[in-house]
This record gives sequence, C-alpha cells and structure tokens, in this order.
Amino acid sequence: MVATLAKRTAFYLLVATIILIAVFPFYYAILTSLKSGTALFRIDYWPSELSVANYISVVSAGSFLRNLGNSLLVATLVVAISLLFAVTAAYALGRVRFRGRSLLLLTILSVSMFPQIAVLAGLFELIRGIGIFNTPLALIFSYMIFTLPFTVWVLTTFMRDLPVEIEEAAIVDGASPWVIITRVFMPLMWPALVTTGLLAFIAAWNEFLFALTFTSSDVQRTVPVAIALLSGSSNFEIPWGNIMAASVIVTVPLVVLVLIFQRRIISGLTAGGVKG
Amino acid sequence: MTDLTVADPPAALAHPSHIHSDLKAQRVRSAWVFLAPTLLVLALVAGWPLVRTIYFSFTDASLTNLAGAEFVGFQNYLSWITLKSGRTIYKGLLADPAWWNAVWNTLKFTLISVSIETALGLVVALVLNAHFPGRGLVRAAILIPWAIPTIVSAKMWAWMLNDQFGILNEILLGLGLISQKIAWTASPDTAMVAVLIVDVWKTTPFMALLILAGLQMVPVDIYEAAKIDGVHPLRVFWRVTLPLIRPALMVAVIFRMLDALRIFDLIYVLTPNNAQTKTMSVLARENLFDFDKFAYGAAASTMLFLIIASITILYMWFGRVNFEGGER
Repeated sequence: MVATLAKRTAFYLLVATIILIAVFPFYYAILTSLKSGTALFRIDYWPSELSVANYISVVSAGSFLRNLGNSLLVATLVVAISLLFAVTAAYALGRVRFRGRSLLLLTILSVSMFPQIAVLAGLFELIRGIGIFNTPLALIFSYMIFTLPFTVWVLTTFMRDLPVEIEEAAIVDGASPWVIITRVFMPLMWPALVTTGLLAFIAAWNEFLFALTFTSSDVQRTVPVAIALLSGSSNFEIPWGNIMAASVIVTVPLVVLVLIFQRRIISGLTAGGVKG
Repeated sequence: MTDLTVADPPAALAHPSHIHSDLKAQRVRSAWVFLAPTLLVLALVAGWPLVRTIYFSFTDASLTNLAGAEFVGFQNYLSWITLKSGRTIYKGLLADPAWWNAVWNTLKFTLISVSIETALGLVVALVLNAHFPGRGLVRAAILIPWAIPTIVSAKMWAWMLNDQFGILNEILLGLGLISQKIAWTASPDTAMVAVLIVDVWKTTPFMALLILAGLQMVPVDIYEAAKIDGVHPLRVFWRVTLPLIRPALMVAVIFRMLDALRIFDLIYVLTPNNAQTKTMSVLARENLFDFDKFAYGAAASTMLFLIIASITILYMWFGRVNFEGGER
C-alpha cells in the first residue's frame, strides 16, 4: 500500500517535472515580454506587471510587420506548391507499379536528409544567376529541398494504403489518372494533406540558414532572421524585452496550431520522421 | 515507419488481358508525367547545387567572382610546398586545425546530444505510454518545445542563461549548486554545455514521439503474460520492450544524428564566434560568405557532405537499420 503510494507519487513528480521543463522557458519569455524598464532585470516567477510597451516598440520600429508578412507569404506558397507537386508524385509512386520506383523513393528520401550547407554554395550561384536573390522567390524556391521530399514521402505512404476497390471502379468507368487523383483520392486525402501541409508550414516558418543567406536587406527578411539580428541602439545593449515580445508573436500562432492539431501532427511526425 | 522497400502498390490492373496491358502502359506513362515536376524541382534545388558546390571546391572561386573561377585541383583540401630549408609546409582544409576543431566539436555535440535525447526521450515516451489522467496534458506540453522556432528557443535560453540577469544562475545560486554567476554562453568551458541544454530541451520531444510510436506497437498481452508470470518490470523492459522497439529506436536515432551533424542555427545565434562550439556547418558558411574564401568554404561543405554520408552508411550497415520495422 505504502509502496504503491510512493510509486504513484514518484510517477506524478516525474510527470510534473516534464511539464514544467517543457513549458517554463516559453512561459518565462511571455513574462519577460510583458515587463518594462528596469523590471526587466528583476527575476520574477509570476507576472508582476502587464505592459505592452515591448510589443508596441517591436511592431512600430523597423520592419517587423513586413518580416512577418514575408514569413507568412513564403511559408504559405511553399506549402501550396509542395502539396500540389507531391499529390501527383505520390499518386505515381504509391499507386502505379513501374520499374525504378523503389530507387526513386530512396533518392527522394535521401534528399530530405541532405545537409543544407552542402548545397548552399551552388544554390547561391543559381539564385543570383536567375536574378531572384533577396526576394521571397529565392526562399520559396530553396525551401522545396526540405518540404517536397517530406510531403512526397508521407503522401506516398498514405496513398498506398487506400483500398484498391475505389480506384478500380473509377478505372472501369474510364476515368483518367488525373480525374482519379482529383475526384477519387483528393476527398479521401484531406486529413493527410492537412497534416503534411502543417508540418511543411512549420518547417518553412522556422527555417534560418537559407533565409539568412539568400536575403540581404531588412525588408526582405523573414522573422527568424529578423529576431536573430535584432539589436539595440548600441552593441552592448541587447533589447531583451523587444526580442522576447517578437519571439512570443512568432511563436504563439505555431503553438496554437500545434495544440489544435496535435493528434494529426504526431501521426504525421511518426509517419515521415520529419526533423524537429 | 518509413519502410524503404515500400510494398508494391495495390494491383488495380492485375487481370491478364491485352486491353489491360494497354491501359497499364498508359498508367505508367502518366505516372512519369506526374513525377516530372517533383523530379525537376529536386534536380534543380538539390542535384545541380550539390554538383556546383563540389565543383567550386576544386576552384579558386571568390564570392565576388564566381564566374571566373579556375580549376586548382585539390589545393583547397590539401597542398604542400617544400622550402629550400627542407621544411614542408602543408596548407588546405585537411591541414587546418580550425577545421579539425570544427569536426571534433560537431562529433562531440552529436554524440552527447543524441545520447541524452535518446535516454530522456525513452523516459518521456514510457510516461506517455502509461495510462493516467493528464496524459493529454503532458503530450500537449512536450509539443511546445518542438513547435518553437530554433532561433526563438536560442534567444529565450540566451536570456535565461544570461550571466547577470539570467534566471538559471539565480536558481542554481539559490540551491547552492554554484558559488558565483556563470557566463554560460560566453565562457569557453560552458558554451558547449549551454548549446547542449538548449538542443536537448528542444529536440527530446521529437525523439519521445518517435519512440512512443514504437512502444505503441508492442502488443499488450506480452506485458500481461509477464505480469502473471511475476517477471520484474525492469527485466520486462530490458528483455521484451527494448528489443521490440529497437527498429523504431534506430530510425529515431539516425534522424536525430543527421540533424545534429548539420547543426547551424542554434550555435550561430546562441554562441557566435566561440571556438568551443564552432561546428562544420558554421565554419563552412563563415568561409563561404563572411571571410571571402568561397572555394575553401565549398571544400568544407563538400567534406561535411562526405562525412555525413559515410556516417549514415556505416550506421545503417552496422546497426542493420531495418526501415521496414517500426510502424507497419
């Protein structure tokens, strides 16, 4: 009796520790972002004041809103294009038997494991060569390297597992492959599309290396780069309040999305083994 | 999870008939048409740039003069001149202590972070696999570090690890674990520790979720049988659970490893210009764009690619990673 009670207490202590460690840093960032002046440098565990001064200064100064818009534009278009290409590719890889299919899948998977730095020099040359350096197009184009293999991979696994019968009926009726994809499979694929789309969105929203390298002016940057480069009036004065406010602004939409779709995200993560 | 030899697609057209073989040929043709955009994009965004990076590593290209790059052989990798005095001077990446320092930092970081993340991920996964009220809460909570952008977590932790106003120093001082405030991210002794703390915090959830997927494949009756036979739970874990989740664990470890080997953003933001944490990716980018040693940076990128590729192949060879294991 005592032993089980002790065990249970230990278990819940572990549970509490996991939750505390997972949530506390974000909580502390929110707490800091709501402080102003010298209160910033006092350590508090509970909200002591609710000042929105940091938020106002981050949004009004510089090009933060523009950066937010860039991030949204890039991530949305990356998701739309990857899903469009991936659905047709996944149909070919998941539903049609042809020679070289396994090799193709293997190649696509290995691209998703590429270290981004290995293509950085070549991509830089290409992006400058076709004249899209320092535009959102450069990011939309380069982000395909990680979103496309991943969406193709997950949608292929999903398509493969759909029953034969639904497709047979359509073939008997003389439907072309394109009609089969749009009319037969698409309605069944919404859950998978939402999951992969969401994961691709998060990956594009969070990307840093390409965004840092392929944009050069403040107005063209995405938010992760803007936050990384946020500096104060002098080199010695880091505007922690502003940085925390900006961090909270970029993170809150993600956290909300993730909590709403958590079951879908977990199934998508385990199906694709996408990077964190 | 991620079976490499994907099972054949359902044979919708398996009936032997000449009409069907016509249809089948048509299907295969349209399959290639459907694949074309994806293959084209991947060739453009991955294949061609990789080839160009490797090419640049054998030239004297500079950031301002990419087009005029001339072939110089292995000079960026290794070259030597023998002086009149008989002394030989080695130059190039393979003779550069900064490069070997970066290789060592990357390997050290990868080994330590992936080990800790696997152990902690296993613990969190076992907790999530138990049935208890509040399980959903834990799952929601651990998704938060995963969802937060790496740059944001780097900044959040930089603030918490701040030497003067950081909460971590305050807590550790309060507990009497340290006697004076530590400059976590700036001091050479603790910079790597700081990077490891943030990385473990951020990526353990991913590990836990992948391991959890493996745990949920273990049939419940095995546990019940073991319970009836009175086998100690720890023994059950070592003898039954661990072997059964091994495939899922191996896949999770390789995904994390590949990610850790190419780490860039966390280190770039959390501990900039710190020799103790400079990894291969950071060194490569620095040479490419900051030091105007484009070709040299391309050589470092190529080496990084080769190192990651060989580690992956070795791991899959020796670990006998079975991508067909895991989920289905």
